[in-house]
Amino acid sequence: MKKRTKGQKAGAQDRRTSSRVPDRLGHFGIYGGRYISETLMPAVMELEEAYLKCKKDPGFRKEFAYYLGEYVGRPTPLYYAERLSRKAGGADIFLKREDLCHTGAHKINNTIGQILLAKRMGKKRVIAETGAGQHGVATATVAAMFGLECEIYMGEDDIKRQLPNVFRMKLLGAKVTPVTSGSRTLKDAMNEALRDWVTNVYNTFYIIGTVAGPHPYPMLVRDFQSIIGVEARRQIKETTGGLPDLLVACVGGGSNAIGLFHAFLDDKKVRMAGVEAGGEGLRTGRHAASISGGRVGVLHGNKTYLLQDRFGQITDTHSISAGLDYPGVGPEHAHLNDTGRVAYTTITDREALDGFKALTLSEGIIPALESSHAVAYALKAAREMRKGSKIIVCLSGRGDKDLNTVSRAFNFEI
Amino acid sequence: MAVKGKNRIESLFERLRADGKKALITFVTAGDPDLPTSKRIVRELERSGADLIELGIPFSDPMADGPTIQASSERALRKDVHIKEVLGLVRDIRKESGIPIVLFGYYNPVFNYGLKRFAREVRAAGADGVLIVDLPAEEADELKAELDRNSVDLIFLLTPTSDEKRMRLVASKASGFIYFVSVTGVTGARKSLSTDIPAYLRRLRNFTSLPVGVGFGISTPKQAREVCRSADAAVVGSAIVNIIAGMKGPGKSADKLGSFVSGLKRGMSRP
Repeated sequence: MKKRTKGQKAGAQDRRTSSRVPDRLGHFGIYGGRYISETLMPAVMELEEAYLKCKKDPGFRKEFAYYLGEYVGRPTPLYYAERLSRKAGGADIFLKREDLCHTGAHKINNTIGQILLAKRMGKKRVIAETGAGQHGVATATVAAMFGLECEIYMGEDDIKRQLPNVFRMKLLGAKVTPVTSGSRTLKDAMNEALRDWVTNVYNTFYIIGTVAGPHPYPMLVRDFQSIIGVEARRQIKETTGGLPDLLVACVGGGSNAIGLFHAFLDDKKVRMAGVEAGGEGLRTGRHAASISGGRVGVLHGNKTYLLQDRFGQITDTHSISAGLDYPGVGPEHAHLNDTGRVAYTTITDREALDGFKALTLSEGIIPALESSHAVAYALKAAREMRKGSKIIVCLSGRGDKDLNTVSRAFNFEI
Repeated sequence: MAVKGKNRIESLFERLRADGKKALITFVTAGDPDLPTSKRIVRELERSGADLIELGIPFSDPMADGPTIQASSERALRKDVHIKEVLGLVRDIRKESGIPIVLFGYYNPVFNYGLKRFAREVRAAGADGVLIVDLPAEEADELKAELDRNSVDLIFLLTPTSDEKRMRLVASKASGFIYFVSVTGVTGARKSLSTDIPAYLRRLRNFTSLPVGVGFGISTPKQAREVCRSADAAVVGSAIVNIIAGMKGPGKSADKLGSFVSGLKRGMSRP
């Protein structure tokens, strides 16, 4: 983490960080913005206007809260993982159980918010990109619930490694369109979704699944996901009487991480770690760690850290978890990195599998491979921390979708 | 060389306007299928009647393009064609030709190259304008300042979704010409075009005196003639790239390309 000059000032600055970004045009410091074709500019401006109106509308807020409570099953528990903590031998580890949300991951917090917006804007059709399939499932789910037409773009390679989710989306009535261009993963799915949107902009609402894309997406997805941190902050105070020392979340695009971090940004004593996918190791070049291993660039509507070659071409990424396999990161994360408020680090495929096993065996909770990155880092960090200190890990999703990948990695048949 | 204070794009449209003619703008991806062939193709386009050449800078993630230009970009990338090579191609063309050239691409390679360096080298190579598909007016000030310093035009897009507020904004920043995207969608040949183009351009001309080119989807002489009833130029891309993609022996397809482009041109000059 970068050093701060004056302790007192840091808090004040952080308060500004959290409340003042993005600016009117969607900039988080130098990041974010709107880098999209002109055809979509009016659409994102219309969306921004609709969102700002809904944000102030008590009716909208009430409806959103209703579905989060009655349909998603919020608040999710903040669970003290006693055996896991003992295994680490240091800090107490608490798990924010987003894996218990309906559909099995935090993604649905955001899709509920966006489909309510789509409805108010009179859109008849929703589209989405998906990597691991969690966002695709969450989108197909809310589309089914509200009776909207739904098309999901998914890279052909991801379809192969996340078949159970593909089946779920189809059961839910969505059309799943395989994307065969480029690296056939999440970034290409996003390209294809943008091409669809530009073509069907008048009747279609694009439900972006992470805190990236053109303004207002990074802001509105953050706002919809920030319920994670709001609950966790209240819960940890209720159960332990104080704030946590460290927050840990995995970062692909970064929606669960922003969701957990946001309510704590002004709590200057709470440290935060964003865990990127280290793949086979940063030095091998086979990873998906945009902040730790990338450079500033522009893709999918926003300026942020990107994995790219020396010509500015976007490079193929690698991670054992499809949901982290993306060459960019939300612009607010890029900003939080540069201000030093959040420390970004990496966990390799191998370490993530160890984290997966540790949590499964010590607590009986099978985590998603994405979330396993956060678990693995928390175990490492806990060892270095004194007894009685507290870590909250965002357990962003459950691991059912990953059983094939994991059984291959552990060499056993299921 | 361009007359002082007037670049090749401006001169082109002035000349055409004086003659009561319209411009044919043709797009090819630089380096598709390779750089030497690209150069031959550009020369053939010019011989067959193209008035301005748009040269695509290959990008790994061409979000605004349909399958035809995506594939073309991939072919060029396989030949390791990036900005430096595109500028080399421009220099090469400039040895023999004064045809106006606009570089057409996405922002990341340009941003990565360095805006200052990019603008300076574009000018030095002899290109006249730059169009960045994913750089709307709101984010364009930095690049525009650098291009202005080097007297290179920054061409902006307007689309059927742009309202008058956006027309005014774009008109306030644009130079060279304005590129009106005729459809809501990605690039690619289409059977039919929108019928609202004339009405849209009439509104647009309240805000700008710059020439207006219309593109996306134009693939036949008839369509080119249609749009040029109200526009100053027709832009043809994917239809040309399709012919290049089908190239087997270099001689034959150059002929096919030549007759296609001269057909477009003939169609446009018919009353």
